[in-house]
Amino acid sequence: MKYLDEFRDPGAAGALVARIRRTAARIQGEAKIMEICGSHTVAIFRSGIKSLLPGNVILVSGPGCPVCVTAMPDMDRMIAIPGKGEGRNPIVATFGDMVRVPGSFSSLERQKAEGADIRVAASPLDSLQWARENPEREVVFLGVGFETTSPTIAAVVRKAAELALKNFSVYPAFKLLPPALEALLDSPDGALDGFLCPGHVSVMLGSDAYAPYAEKYGRPCVISGFESLDILLGISMLLDQLADKKHEVVNAYGRAVDRGGNRKAMELLLTVFEPADALWRGLGEIPRSGLLFREGYRQFDAIERFGLEEVTTGTDPEGCGCASVLRGVLSPPDCPLFDNVCTPENPVGSCMVSSEGSCAAWHKYGRTGI
Amino acid sequence: MCIAVPGRIVEIDDINMATVDFGGTTRVASADLVPGLSVGDYVLVHAGFIINRLDEEEAQETLKLFDQYLGLLEEEDDEISG
Ligand code: SF4
Repeated sequence: MKYLDEFRDPGAAGALVARIRRTAARIQGEAKIMEICGSHTVAIFRSGIKSLLPGNVILVSGPGCPVCVTAMPDMDRMIAIPGKGEGRNPIVATFGDMVRVPGSFSSLERQKAEGADIRVAASPLDSLQWARENPEREVVFLGVGFETTSPTIAAVVRKAAELALKNFSVYPAFKLLPPALEALLDSPDGALDGFLCPGHVSVMLGSDAYAPYAEKYGRPCVISGFESLDILLGISMLLDQLADKKHEVVNAYGRAVDRGGNRKAMELLLTVFEPADALWRGLGEIPRSGLLFREGYRQFDAIERFGLEEVTTGTDPEGCGCASVLRGVLSPPDCPLFDNVCTPENPVGSCMVSSEGSCAAWHKYGRTGI
Repeated sequence: MCIAVPGRIVEIDDINMATVDFGGTTRVASADLVPGLSVGDYVLVHAGFIINRLDEEEAQETLKLFDQYLGLLEEEDDEISG
């Protein structure tokens, strides 16, 4: 068992597609399925799955790319960090996709061209190392991500506390997935029939976390992995439920996800951080959908350390449809700026920057998704 | 960004850092987020951390499901052509 090739077998893919077609024929009208996770969006495009689906099965992308949903005020404050720190030239450490996201007055990329020390980290552990190697400098990690990523950053903050590091901090722009799901379902655009739930967020949350939503809103939720067969299986299981008018949580990624999730990681997350209201690009402010430092760890809060509350922040770029794209109500090619004013080389909105943004995926793979 | 990659633990050192083999390339990842890991375990790695252990039995269950669907498809094909 390699846990990869076994889940890419073309023969089994054919069987799953046949099964999907058969079930879709039993469904009256359209089945509108949202894949919440940006990694799913990319995998769906890359594998050409869209072109294999029957006409009444519509996949729409949701707000599950953490870079894309980072709100403009957070972007602006993060971009302001290099100018702070009283001449100590802070090192800004971040996951790669954040670097090119335009803020309202600059971007991290532009700051870097002007001499700021912006470093791409493969792991938040890298940034801890940089802080230890540069005791005379400040190191700030840009904390974006869902439940998959935030516990890794909590682990690093705890380590920084154990080491009593004074020059390390994190900008907390984390997002929690379940409250966003609820906000989508509560909004009038929520004409979605079912959710393909993110495999790796679910590793942490556990499949039981979706039960209240499936129940309250009467929508099936299927947790799926990221190989082509995983995604086809997920879609197939959603259609099974829609055809039978069921709305349950089904775990199609059993090898990685269990009912309770990774309790150790979630406990650590909630030791360092606590839920707080948060602003999302596209979805606005959602109650208790973000994380702020808990008492006892606030010395690591970059917002406090650098007085970032004071930064003047802007709004989303004019004409950018990201807000609607992120709610699944606008398909990227229907944004008036798509592929003319806004391209990956010259992005206007975050959805065109991140490799997991749906505008970038549409640009790269086109309408058919091949 | 939430992608995690499967690999096999080949070593765990005294500060709980694991060396994980991803089909020939190895990388070091923290074993702090999952209790009781040992050499030989297949795990998912995300952002330099092991986020869980993969369950072989469950993986086999899913593969069996695929076989079952394939079988059904072949039966149908036989019916149509036969
Ligand atoms: S195409 Fe560009 S401007 Fe339009 S929604 Fe996408 S990122 Fe925003």
